[in-house]
Amino acid sequence: MKAGDLSELAARNLREALLRNSLTTAGIAIGVASLVAMLSLGVGLQDLVGRRLERTGLFDSVLVRPQGGFGGPGPANNRGQRNGQGQRNDGDIADDSAPPPPVQPLDEAVRQRLAKIPNVIEVYPEFRFAADARLGAAGHLAQVASLPTSASSSDAFEDMQGHFFSAPDAREVILFIDLARELADTQHLQPADLLGKEIVLRYPGRQPLPAQNAGGEPSPDEAALGFSIVSSQAPVRVVGIVTTDALFSGPGGFGRAGAYIPLAVAQGLGVVQGNDMTEIIRDSAASGNDHYANLTVRVSRPTDVPMVEQAIQQMGFAVFSLLDLTRNLQRVFAILDLLLGIFGSLALAVASLGIVNTLVMSILERRREIGVLKALGASDGDVRKLFFAEAGVMGLAGGVGGVAIGWSIGRIIQFVTEIYLRRQSIPAENIWTVPWWLVAGAIGFSVLVSLAAGMYPASRAARLDPVEALRYD
Amino acid sequence: MQPLETEPGDTTGSAASPAAGIAIRAVGLTRRYQMGGATIRAVDGISIEIREGEFVALLGASGSGKSTLLNLFAGLDRASSGAVFVLGRELGAMNSMELSRHRNHTIGMVFQSFNLLSRMTVMENVELPLRLGEVPRPERASRVNEALKRVGLTARAGHRPGELSGGEQQRVAIARALVNRPRVLLADEPTGNLDSRTGEEIMGLMTEINRPADGAAATTVVMVTHERSLAERYAQRMVTIADGRVASDEAR
Repeated sequence: MKAGDLSELAARNLREALLRNSLTTAGIAIGVASLVAMLSLGVGLQDLVGRRLERTGLFDSVLVRPQGGFGGPGPANNRGQRNGQGQRNDGDIADDSAPPPPVQPLDEAVRQRLAKIPNVIEVYPEFRFAADARLGAAGHLAQVASLPTSASSSDAFEDMQGHFFSAPDAREVILFIDLARELADTQHLQPADLLGKEIVLRYPGRQPLPAQNAGGEPSPDEAALGFSIVSSQAPVRVVGIVTTDALFSGPGGFGRAGAYIPLAVAQGLGVVQGNDMTEIIRDSAASGNDHYANLTVRVSRPTDVPMVEQAIQQMGFAVFSLLDLTRNLQRVFAILDLLLGIFGSLALAVASLGIVNTLVMSILERRREIGVLKALGASDGDVRKLFFAEAGVMGLAGGVGGVAIGWSIGRIIQFVTEIYLRRQSIPAENIWTVPWWLVAGAIGFSVLVSLAAGMYPASRAARLDPVEALRYD
Repeated sequence: MQPLETEPGDTTGSAASPAAGIAIRAVGLTRRYQMGGATIRAVDGISIEIREGEFVALLGASGSGKSTLLNLFAGLDRASSGAVFVLGRELGAMNSMELSRHRNHTIGMVFQSFNLLSRMTVMENVELPLRLGEVPRPERASRVNEALKRVGLTARAGHRPGELSGGEQQRVAIARALVNRPRVLLADEPTGNLDSRTGEEIMGLMTEINRPADGAAATTVVMVTHERSLAERYAQRMVTIADGRVASDEAR
């Protein structure tokens, strides 16, 4: 029998015992719905976490320091460095007989080179220093950190009062709520009242030692002797107040600070950094260029991190990223999806027993009909295929219906969750996703399970003796 | 090819090619059943030849083996020993698929209880053998109409069996048996569930099928019946079966 005739006969037979077959199909649909609802929740949560982490910049960034920067002094110490497979070279022993190669400093030229590595979006240094923030006469000691322009998209500043910096070089500051409260208290104000006001940051400024020659400019050797630390100050206008505590330290993260200023402004202040001290101790030949303590390299996708790390290591720098944590997180979600899928499939497995029952009952009721079909020329294979087709149609109908029901369940869960989050003054998030592969997979799985359930009834029907079947009343 | 087991003393058996013009040839045909500890010989070493175009009635009491013999001719059942040839082909040598094709193309079957599928219309019932035989769709409508026209039920094509009388249902069953243009029609008590008048109509139809008035090719008809009077009036030959054996074979 041709496939078209088979399908038509199967559909007709299913319509014959409509209530019974509909209930069986409904059982399949409920099984598929639970599978789709569970997995769509798992996928949605995974997407949500992924989106959140992406916006923190934690997992798509690489922190770069001069050689030996992560494992203690000395360029020969490779602890903390990763090889091309992301594995740490723990325990490597330096060759003490050879003199250590000079440490490559991180300067603007290096920054430009790093920016040219494929899949790198931006490279920026971090400036971090202690400063005295003053509003009026009273001062408060605080950590000040620089922010690149790209930080505006971070969810760390989602619920900020005020706004982000108006220009990359604007003399503006964003305060963390604790520092804002301290400053406001001195003037008997509320933190929000500080928006638009000017505060002064007093910081340790770097001043070159006076020149010894007649030209007035220090020679490179003279510059290598050191610099003076002088008290410097910079007025900045308060444009924003951050209240969230989700400011992690680490690559790409904007470590907790009392105040944030634009990167370009921080670069222009000439503030003393930790690497300045290190370079003096090491007696490095000064190039006359500003050196950075570290550089943060942002890549386009977390999957690009290993390749970029390898490229930077080959340039002779130490790197660090949180990629391992990402891998562990993916593993956790894979296990979560598997467990959700197993639980969701249990209902489908139970429903498949319904198909077996329905079709076996159908064989008993249609014995005579099967005998007639065989008498008219139906082969055993035709009869088997007919019952298979009936099982398959139930599976297909149940699968499509189940996807629709599962989608609806997900919408309801999403709707209820959004209401709850809004009541808690938390921004609503999409926690549920039904990707196309889940739809196709659920329907396909439903059909497969149904066909498997139909195997026994189909074989039993095919084996019926037509003479006995025709005698059946 | 299934080995031929002939009964001792049976000199009619031969596995040689059958003669031309023979529609059905049985050689030492036996069908045994096990019932508890006893062996029942429903058909016991029957050898018979039915020529093409003959109208043969198989008569006998209930349980004589006539229906079993018909089932063996149809390939619905397999012989325990002996051989049966239908239009030159030995059924015992056929596999399951070939037997299905034999039932679809070579023979048509009509049953006492009509055996129409109640959820299908008359047209769909008659079309069923065409579906099973994978006849192309464009051809089906004309062949169904041809079969329904032959039994005089073109006007009832859209009705379901439950809306028809017994006689009409049996006509539909005959149309269904003829739609694939078989050369042999096997009927098992076709008038058993009909009143005498309707039975006469059905017998008239079967006579027309056997010897068409328009000179078209004759169809061999083998009919099982317990009504001797019908057999005497319509069949050319009456074979009486008793205890699984041929008791008598009368030509009319």
